[in-house]
Amino acid sequence: MAIVSAGRSIEQAGRIQSFRAAFAHPGSAAVIGAVGVFVFFAAQSGPFRSAAGISNWLDPASLFGISSIAVALLMIGGEFDLSAGVMTASTGLVAGLVGTQTGLNIWFDLLIALVFAVAVGTLNGLIVVSTSLPSFIVTLGTFLSLQGLNLGVTKLVVNQVYAGGLDQIHGYSSAHKVFASTINFAGGQFPISVVWWIGLIIFGAWLLGYTRFGNWVFSVGGNPTAARSVGVPTKRTKIMLFIGTALSGWLIGTIEAMRLAAVQATQGVGNELIFIVAAVIGGCLLTGGHGSVIGAALGALIFGMTQQGIVYLNWNSDWFFLFLGALLLAAALLNHFVRRYAMEARL
Amino acid sequence: MSSGATPIVEARDISKRYGSVAALTDVSTSVSAGEVTCVLGDNGAGKSTFIKILAGFHRHDSGQLLLDGAPVEFSTPRDALDAGIATLYQDLALLPLMSVWRNFFLGREPTRWAWPLRRLDAATAKKNALEELRRLGINLRSVDQIVGSLSGGERQSVAIARAIHFGARVIILDEPTAALGVKQSAIVLRNVIEARDRGLGLVLITHNPRHAYLVGDRFLVLSLGRSLGEFAKSETSERHLTELMAGGAEFTELQAELEAAPARGAARGAP
Repeated sequence: MAIVSAGRSIEQAGRIQSFRAAFAHPGSAAVIGAVGVFVFFAAQSGPFRSAAGISNWLDPASLFGISSIAVALLMIGGEFDLSAGVMTASTGLVAGLVGTQTGLNIWFDLLIALVFAVAVGTLNGLIVVSTSLPSFIVTLGTFLSLQGLNLGVTKLVVNQVYAGGLDQIHGYSSAHKVFASTINFAGGQFPISVVWWIGLIIFGAWLLGYTRFGNWVFSVGGNPTAARSVGVPTKRTKIMLFIGTALSGWLIGTIEAMRLAAVQATQGVGNELIFIVAAVIGGCLLTGGHGSVIGAALGALIFGMTQQGIVYLNWNSDWFFLFLGALLLAAALLNHFVRRYAMEARL
Repeated sequence: MSSGATPIVEARDISKRYGSVAALTDVSTSVSAGEVTCVLGDNGAGKSTFIKILAGFHRHDSGQLLLDGAPVEFSTPRDALDAGIATLYQDLALLPLMSVWRNFFLGREPTRWAWPLRRLDAATAKKNALEELRRLGINLRSVDQIVGSLSGGERQSVAIARAIHFGARVIILDEPTAALGVKQSAIVLRNVIEARDRGLGLVLITHNPRHAYLVGDRFLVLSLGRSLGEFAKSETSERHLTELMAGGAEFTELQAELEAAPARGAARGAP
């Protein structure tokens, strides 16, 4: 009798353990949040759940989602990148200005913008790892500098605050197809940015969960001293992550530039915070060492659904940021308790 | 010195200065396979400097470091690690929010498939981690659980098992029981014995003479960067070590004073 009850209690403990393990996943709050937000809007609005509606909220979700993945990886690695938002304008402007001024093929212009992004990312990373200054300050500096450069250089070159006429550049139609076309699927027209986003989610999740590099990312954020002492190339890992966020900015910048055939010198400012919000909703710790790519993607999805859902419900869009702020707080609190719960999960 | 075999690591008259401060002066000791050498001392006695020299973090200014009887110089921690000397600091170089198996292979992850598809070989890593832990007599429920959910003793076990797995011949433990309760300390000391019995040399840095005397074969007592003596287990006792550590002469004097004047304390105690 005693043996039976002991067996039962072990089984029960095992079940509690796996329940705990599921909840310990950093993305668990984001899953709950995404489902909740979807149900909330879909229940009240038919168009919200139609193919056209889904395409409508997947569009902003994908644009923010692309960088939120890179920002999440960087945050898990223990750093911030405040220049990620403004980078979308900088890279678009580099490509646009080079293209319109020199007449070189758009693919070449995009390549130059890509090199520019890698350079800025490397610079951010190098300054952070070689000085140990907080990345918050370093990338705030880069952010402000880029913001100034975007306006200053654009005005200097074309005497206005945007670079237009990208559709006149040689090769535009092929680049437009790759970065800005739409795909018909299940009765809706979906922007190709969604495909890029899904591809990056898969890549990011694989990178973080299934490669050595992913293991290193967790370690440089969780305990860089320990990571270094067991042979993890901590500096290189962090620099790679900064290059990653810069590259994600390049991708968004390219997508937006190809869509509009023009780049506003002021675009992207403020988005860096939304990337961080998405990553935090997705379970990323501000102190690093913990987080999830899928969670960050869901965070961006929540953002897209909320932004468009408010419109579908005919609410004043002024309420959007209140809604988002409340969601962020709720997610952060939930993540905090979930993590404590997981840490206590000992038998 | 008691056994005829060459020690794995031997320090001879090691000295180290930081600027004008002499952190360590003429300190000697050794550790052999299947032996536990304890380095005892109060805060600031030079224990940390000593292990940092053994671990390759610092170079000594004078004296000799011998590996298997031959002089060596470690210019980086990597050199010491490659020579089979693993150092476990108090944070154990473990990440609390990462799983046991990920921690176990951090920095030396097994992979499969070729680039760009190269990925972690999680199955092999989990199997090896579990086996190595079992060999040290530790049964974890699962190597998927995060290190943060392990007890202090279990964490130490994981760190020791990891060091052994990656070819350590000597493991230096920096105050492994300092932050632990009695029960957890016992687990750690049992691990030390287990590793010793598997033929490893262990250096136990501690300020707890009780723990040291329980598992040690050889004792080096440091005070203000100088050696107060090196003893084999037969040449010392727990009380002797405690007295040496407590500052020897100074405390003996204080003790004598206190014992000579019991009346005053009693008088004050009485109403």
